[in-house]
Amino acid sequence: MLPDKRPDRVRGMGAERPIKTRGRMRALRAALPATIPVLTGYLCLGMAYGVLMATKGYGPLWSTLMSAIAFGGSMQFVAITLLTTAFHPLQAFLLSVMVNARHMFYGLSLLDKYRGLGKVRAYLIYVLSDETFSIVSTVEPPADVERKDFYFFISLLDYCYWVGATALGGLLGSVITFDTTGMDFALTALFVVLFLEQWKKKENRPSGVIGLICTAASLALFGADNLVIPAMILITAVLLGGRKKLCT
Amino acid sequence: MYLTPAQTLLMILAIAAGTQLTRWLPFLLFPESRRPPAVVTYLGWALPPAVMGLLVVYCLKNVSLLAAPHGIPEAAAVAATVILHRWRGNVLLSIAGGTAIYMLLVQLVFV
Repeated sequence: MLPDKRPDRVRGMGAERPIKTRGRMRALRAALPATIPVLTGYLCLGMAYGVLMATKGYGPLWSTLMSAIAFGGSMQFVAITLLTTAFHPLQAFLLSVMVNARHMFYGLSLLDKYRGLGKVRAYLIYVLSDETFSIVSTVEPPADVERKDFYFFISLLDYCYWVGATALGGLLGSVITFDTTGMDFALTALFVVLFLEQWKKKENRPSGVIGLICTAASLALFGADNLVIPAMILITAVLLGGRKKLCT
Repeated sequence: MYLTPAQTLLMILAIAAGTQLTRWLPFLLFPESRRPPAVVTYLGWALPPAVMGLLVVYCLKNVSLLAAPHGIPEAAAVAATVILHRWRGNVLLSIAGGTAIYMLLVQLVFV
């Protein structure tokens, strides 16, 4: 370590702020690369969403508002149909609970990591998405970065990407000529890579295999549109049934 | 627009409320002040790898093995991602490589 040339910044009353800010910058720098795949995927899907909403008569203001408030990728696509039929808010609410039921798994897994984080915790929970959960539960922050700040920037960046991409799609979706077909595969690849990262730990492997097999089975049994909730039930049942074996 | 602006806004709020309920439920059921039951702690520990498996399959759910191109682009791109990741262990490189190969395949080869 180099001697600090500005000792007044380390000692005394004004010390806390610059150090804290520097810590935050470190956290942002650590979080940014982890979210780049999300940026790629969201840019593609978020813009597609903005464009799609525009074709249904909902301009960038509406699509961005939906992304900023509801912030739930797959449900927003489902909701396009709801916005173009009769007015049924209760049906929309219930459908939203079902489509997003998988979030309950994320909360359960993050009870411990999100413990004691203070005010930031409510925001982390508000914007908890598939991608944010996957990164937060798999990637460890560097030793010199506060966990709280790391989780915050992952969550904030992912949120901004989605809302920003929606606005972009709504504003200039029709003028884009670059063929982005297949770019949303970045999110599939992200989950594949994070699966492999989990796989590195031997004790994670049975659970990973259970996840793959149970979801594939429920895809075969219930079809692509209804697979998530049966898969969740199946995974929970198998994990609970194998608890004694998995815990050793 | 098929709904009035006020109705649209209410729909957005209803959808947001449903989503938020799923995000908050575990944290409301097991607040910070109390230790969650052992079975919940166990699920919290065991779920993440299973969820990654779920999300991978979920992303590929609309791939048809029977109709052309029989899931070949997806299989090839996932394989490329895995091989790249095993070889270099660089998250961004693996994802960029897999995505590039997928885009190439669906835009140029299997059109």
